[in-house]
Amino acid sequence: MSPSVIQPPGEIELEARELSVLYGETRAVKSISLAIPDRKVVAFIGPSGCGKSTLLRCFNRMNDLIPGARVEGEALFQGDNLYGSGVDAVEVRRRIGMVFQKPNPFPKSIIDNIAFGARINGYKGNMTELVERSLKQAALWEEVKDRLNASALSLSGGQQQRLCIARALAVEPEVLLMDEPASALDPIATQKIEDLIYELKQNYTVVIVTHNMQQAARVSDYTAFLYMGDLIEYGPTQQLFTNPREEQTEAYITGRFG
Amino acid sequence: MSTPAPKGLAREITQFDTRDAARRTIGTVFAVVCFSATVVGIVFLGVLLSDIWKDGAHRLSGTFMSGFPSYLPVRAGIKPALLGSLWTLGLTAVISFPIGVGTAIWLEEYAPDNRFTKFVQTNIANLAGVPSIVYGILGLTVFVRLLNFGNSILAGALTLALLILPVIIISSQEAIKAVPNSISLGAYALGATRWETVRFHVLPQAMPGVLTGTILALSRAIGEAAPMIMIGAAAYIGFSPRGPLDQFTVIPIQIYNWTSMPQVAFHELAAAGSIVLLAALLTLNAAAILLRNKYSRRY
Repeated sequence: MSPSVIQPPGEIELEARELSVLYGETRAVKSISLAIPDRKVVAFIGPSGCGKSTLLRCFNRMNDLIPGARVEGEALFQGDNLYGSGVDAVEVRRRIGMVFQKPNPFPKSIIDNIAFGARINGYKGNMTELVERSLKQAALWEEVKDRLNASALSLSGGQQQRLCIARALAVEPEVLLMDEPASALDPIATQKIEDLIYELKQNYTVVIVTHNMQQAARVSDYTAFLYMGDLIEYGPTQQLFTNPREEQTEAYITGRFG
Repeated sequence: MSTPAPKGLAREITQFDTRDAARRTIGTVFAVVCFSATVVGIVFLGVLLSDIWKDGAHRLSGTFMSGFPSYLPVRAGIKPALLGSLWTLGLTAVISFPIGVGTAIWLEEYAPDNRFTKFVQTNIANLAGVPSIVYGILGLTVFVRLLNFGNSILAGALTLALLILPVIIISSQEAIKAVPNSISLGAYALGATRWETVRFHVLPQAMPGVLTGTILALSRAIGEAAPMIMIGAAAYIGFSPRGPLDQFTVIPIQIYNWTSMPQVAFHELAAAGSIVLLAALLTLNAAAILLRNKYSRRY
């Protein structure tokens, strides 16, 4: 571990140990180690191409779906290596949910968007309740409760993104990974997503990738700064933004590069 | 007192020679050329249709639709050929659709990106260009003789299925490729397996395109005479085919036979047969459009 990496207090939900990701010969993530505490919000920041999204996708094995991507090292979830033998990527993804940069609702009704994940995972409870609960958790219920059978594509961009969050929550994950969830949204929709993240950390561990530093500062408890595939600094968000230990971090957060 | 410099649209632009008139002319010329191209196609189709209609329409009758081939033009009918075509086409669809779509799904969603896949992919594209008579020879060798199906509807349908498989595969692949990757990723991120992602998201979205491609391929199959002659579809069938193992003939062969007769009356029958074939084709295409509209009722 480099000196700029702290070990956060509390129970550790996710942990990278000398984790590398290679696309062919290119090393997109270079032997990163960091620990993500339970029920906190951790932000990954850094300039485009720094590896923050790639690192995020290691934690639910979405990199498996990219041809030519290879992962080295360990990614631990509650102590278990996600890349260990016998670990089923499908099971990993149910327990570690994900929200993408661009809202990607299924071209189906609002209700079907929520119900799909629950159905394939063999949800035995009351579907109507689950739909309502998930939509409430994503702060979307009041806006759509009268048109649950309407197309998900009839919603605004911000609503679609909250629907995607609701959809992810419906399979009852323990972690939510968010890959620049507000970058395609207007400031008001962004505000709603940020408020939502604040709510979600009561029950979930949230890891958010963002290139908006103000957003990282507002929503996260811990921030990791990545640059060219290296973890430059990782620490409590306030400390990283007010008193960074590394010169590169300071240069980035003050806008001198990136 | 000098006049103030002109503003707005009146201001002279000196750095650019915008050639507005010439550019507009080029645009108009291009539109005219494209329109003419469209007209050429429509005119020829219209001439063809009216010619066939003029020759054959008066031969269309109950006797013609329900009659069997005869050396007397007034008694000759198209029933066995029409039934033969419908049987063959139905069977061809049943055989080629699952195989074609299955291959497309495997190639797009499952196949590893290696030499074998590339080899298969390239050869499917090549097979789409093989002349239909060659498929006829293959059908004769494999289905008629080796598998001993004889000159049956089954042998004909299998041959036509092979003939149109490449087209179905390629158009299905295109339809599957057109489904946004973000939808699949969304499903995977919820813990969906590959099968669930394909079954519930990729296929339903690709279905309109898959159906369009399949029906267009079937439209080609219904008009094929060469491979059918090759596998020995009969020139004369005096009964209605009842099952896949019966001997048969198809409308294009019947038309071909009638045109090779010396009497004018038979040429008129050939025109009437063409009208029936075109009607079958148009019905098929209409069915395709209806099916596609049903499946593409997008949210």
